[in-house]
Parts: sequence; C-alpha cells; structure tokens
Amino acid sequence: MIDVAAFIGPYPFRHLPHPDPDVLARVLQREGLSGAWVGYLPSPWQRDPTPGNEALFQALGPYPTLRFAPVVRPNWPSWEHTLRQCVDAGAAAIRAYPMHWGLGPHDPSMQALAGACGEIGIPLVLMVRFEDLRQRSALDVAGDLTAAHIRALARSGNAKLVVTGAGRELLEETHWGLTPAEQARVHWDFAWIWGPPEDHFAHLIRTIGAERFVYGTHWPLRLTQNARANLDLLPDELRNASITDAESLATPRVGKTLT
Amino acid sequence: MTAGAPLGGTAPLIDAHAHFYHAHAGRSDWQRVNDARFRAGARIGVTYHVASVLGSYGHTSPTYFPSPEDASRGNDAMADIAGANAETVRWYVTVNPNHAQHALAEIARGVARGCAGIKLLASRRADDALNDAICERAAAHHLPILHHIWQHRTREWPNQEISDGIDLGRLATRHSNVNFVLAHIGGGGDWAHTLPAVRDLANVYPDLSGSGVDRGMLDAAIDALGAERLLWACDLTMETGLAKLRALDVVGLSADEVSDIRWRNAARIFPPHTFPRCEDA
Repeated sequence: MIDVAAFIGPYPFRHLPHPDPDVLARVLQREGLSGAWVGYLPSPWQRDPTPGNEALFQALGPYPTLRFAPVVRPNWPSWEHTLRQCVDAGAAAIRAYPMHWGLGPHDPSMQALAGACGEIGIPLVLMVRFEDLRQRSALDVAGDLTAAHIRALARSGNAKLVVTGAGRELLEETHWGLTPAEQARVHWDFAWIWGPPEDHFAHLIRTIGAERFVYGTHWPLRLTQNARANLDLLPDELRNASITDAESLATPRVGKTLT
Repeated sequence: MTAGAPLGGTAPLIDAHAHFYHAHAGRSDWQRVNDARFRAGARIGVTYHVASVLGSYGHTSPTYFPSPEDASRGNDAMADIAGANAETVRWYVTVNPNHAQHALAEIARGVARGCAGIKLLASRRADDALNDAICERAAAHHLPILHHIWQHRTREWPNQEISDGIDLGRLATRHSNVNFVLAHIGGGGDWAHTLPAVRDLANVYPDLSGSGVDRGMLDAAIDALGAERLLWACDLTMETGLAKLRALDVVGLSADEVSDIRWRNAARIFPPHTFPRCEDA
C-alpha cells in the first residue's frame, strides 16, 4: 500500500522532528507500507517550485520506495516543460496548491494542468490543509481547498485527482456534486476523517465505497499511526473493506507528447 | 462485543475525557453514537470511560452555556448511563458557573449519585471568580475538575468563552488543593503554547485527546511536563486516541511511564478506588 501524502523538508510554522527521507523510509517500513508519494514541504510557500523540485529529486535518490511527487505551478512560465521533465524524471504524481497560488476554483491554468495530467496519465494531488484551522499561524492565510476547486477539476478532463486532508463535509459536498464518471476520477485519503464514535469514515465507506479511498499519513506533520487506527476501528462488517492502492493510479506514459 | 486482543494492549487504560449523548441532545442517532463509543472502547481496550454530558449539546441551550435545566437533564442522563455500565463508565457532573447556586446544587446531586469529577465548559473564563466556589466544593469532595481549554486563545471564538493554559493556570494557582484536567491538547489551538503555560503547575494535568495528531506533540508534552502529568484520552475522536496510544510505544518511554499516562495518573487524581478494575490488574 502506497502513502499518497508524505513530505520531506521543514514546515514554515512549527518545528517538525527530523523530516528527513531516511526517517520516512524507516517509518513506512514500520507501518507496513510499500512506499510513498513524497512532496517537498516548503514548496507551497515558495513562488517558484523549481528549486524545491530539484532538492526533492536529489534527496529521494537513494530511497527507491520514496517516489518523487513534485510541484507543477500552471500559472508559471513554461509549466508544460516542467511537467514533462518531472514525468521523464520518474514522478509518480504531480502536486498543485491552488489556494497558495491564489487561483480560484475555475482558474483556466489549473484546468489546463489537470487536462495535461489526464493526457499523460499521472495523478494530480491536491491538499486540503496542512494544519487545523484553529492553530494556523497568522501568516498562513491560504485557507482550505474548497469543494468548488475539486468539482471544477473533476469536471474538466480525465485527470485522476487524489485529494488529501478532506473531512466528511468537504468530501460529500464534492462527491455528490459530480456525475458517476466524474466521481470515479477522484480518490480521497482519510487522514482527517473522523472515526468512532461519530464514525464518519464508516459512513463514507458505506455511501461512496471503500474503493474511493487511498492511504495517506501526512507525515511528517501528523502521526502515521492515525490512518491505520482509523481502519482498525471500523465496525466489524466493514473491517475487510478494500481501499485502493494508489500505486494502481500512477501509470504515466513516459515520452508521450503533450498536445 | 468485538473478538480479539485489544488493539491498545491488555494493560489498564482510562479514557479521562469522553462524552455520551441522550434523547434530549437534538440528534436522533444518539444511541448509535453511544454504542459506537463502547464498541471502539472495547476494541481499543479502554477499561474505563470517564465521561460527561454537555447539557443538550446545543439543542435547547448552547453546548458551552447550558441552561440549568439542560445541565440537570444531561447530568441525569449521564448518571443513568454510568449506572447501567458500572463496570466501564465513570462520570463528571457538568455545571455552568453563571448559575452559581444551581451549579453547587448540581455538584451535591452529582456526589450523591456517585460522580467522580466536575466538568467545566466554556461558560466563563477559567480564572473567573465565579469558579472559586466550585473549586472549593471540588476540594471538599476530592474531585478533579476537567476544564474545556482552547490551546492559546488569540481572540474570542463564537459560542464559547474560551480559556487557555494561562487562564486555567490562574485558577489552579488559587486552588492548589484541587487537581485540574486541562482538556485536549490536540483539540484545537496551539498546544506548544500550553506546555510552558502549565509547566510549573503540579496540579494541572493535560489530557492528550482531540482530533489533532501533530507529530512532535507527544514528545514535547513529555519533555515539558513528564509522563506523570499527562492523561490518555480520546474526546470525540477515538481513532486519534488509538494513534496516540500506539505512538506512546515508540517515543522512548519506559513501561512505568506508559502506565502513568494510560491509567495511573488518573487513578491518583480521582477519588480513591474510582477504578477498581485498574487497581486489581
């Protein structure tokens, strides 16, 4: 099982203990995970994602289970070239942060990025939040990703979207506002979805299906144990629910020319 | 009942911050939620849930400002749940200090019905003088007070008069003969502010509950306060409780220190013999 929501690197707003690739590789092994799509944590707050992508690529080199998940910023010059380079370099997924770039739900550049990812066959990862709203720094003003952003991208092309950090309300507002074909293009992690006693996660498995979920830990921001605990505390009748291994979503067509 | 070994191990385990619902809580699925807490508790291995009912949870008066009628009705429901589950449930009597005489009468009623502690919400700032009489009753009956806390209040938030570690610290300083449970360091706000705010207050015991599972939070709390000052708890999210329980096993604590957090600190601050199944184990 692949972790779709892991990072390396420091976080601007609080100290994180050793957010380093060797530690992440050990943690994934401890948790029984086969690997992770790894992003570079400072990137959302940097205007030009290129240096962060290069640092990430270099840092992950010695760790075959840590898969490169770089950022492509579609309102930055030559982003199509960056996307091509990332795919050719072996990227497992592409990350985008429209809230941090000030891009609205219907921004054409985000739709173009989603379209390009769909053409190539590489998942586009969207992050709803890095921290709980109630503890955010006064300087951290991006706000949570909205359901309108996700719906617009799910409707705009064939991209496989992986949304990390959503709660039940955002997930339902998005999912039930899409056609079945659009719903099938969106996968969600459950790191921020409540387990018992409210049992939001169990409710969502019953209503939208276990196959819509992928595994995300949000390391090094959050305890990796949380996702496993959520699965372990499902009601008995859902204990064997089979979530999607995100490895099956990542089928980039290396060498394909963007149209 | 779920078969299999408890996910959190077989050693005693006290959830020092839990809640139950009742028929006047404004939701039709209240029994389902209560059942789910027992189901998950059994799966984790919770020996005792120490729980409260927060009035009508906003149905007929605000959750954090319960009317006297709602506070009483909720306490009755809570006492009934504890009575029906005497093997696994202990309870806090919930009071609103704005209704001073009613609050004291509720404490007396709660003591008569076997409460193990007092629950203060966010009806008044923690250091408000109206809380002094409640603390005096707590001291007289050897009851700890669980106080709802916002970790570092930087402004007012709607629907509650929030307090942070500094506010509670002022109350704890005035009442050094009362033990206070500082609610949910993972429950919203900046936990890093709370730790130094209560570091020197030996009668303040933060609980680990809340939906927040920030990496580094447990390590920092242990570094700042020591394992003898922390209480394991879940509040509204039991999966985060299990995650923290598992994390306690990999942060370098001794077996004794883990036991302190799991149950022994709670056993020390609640009235003697509140948790016989833990003591027997």
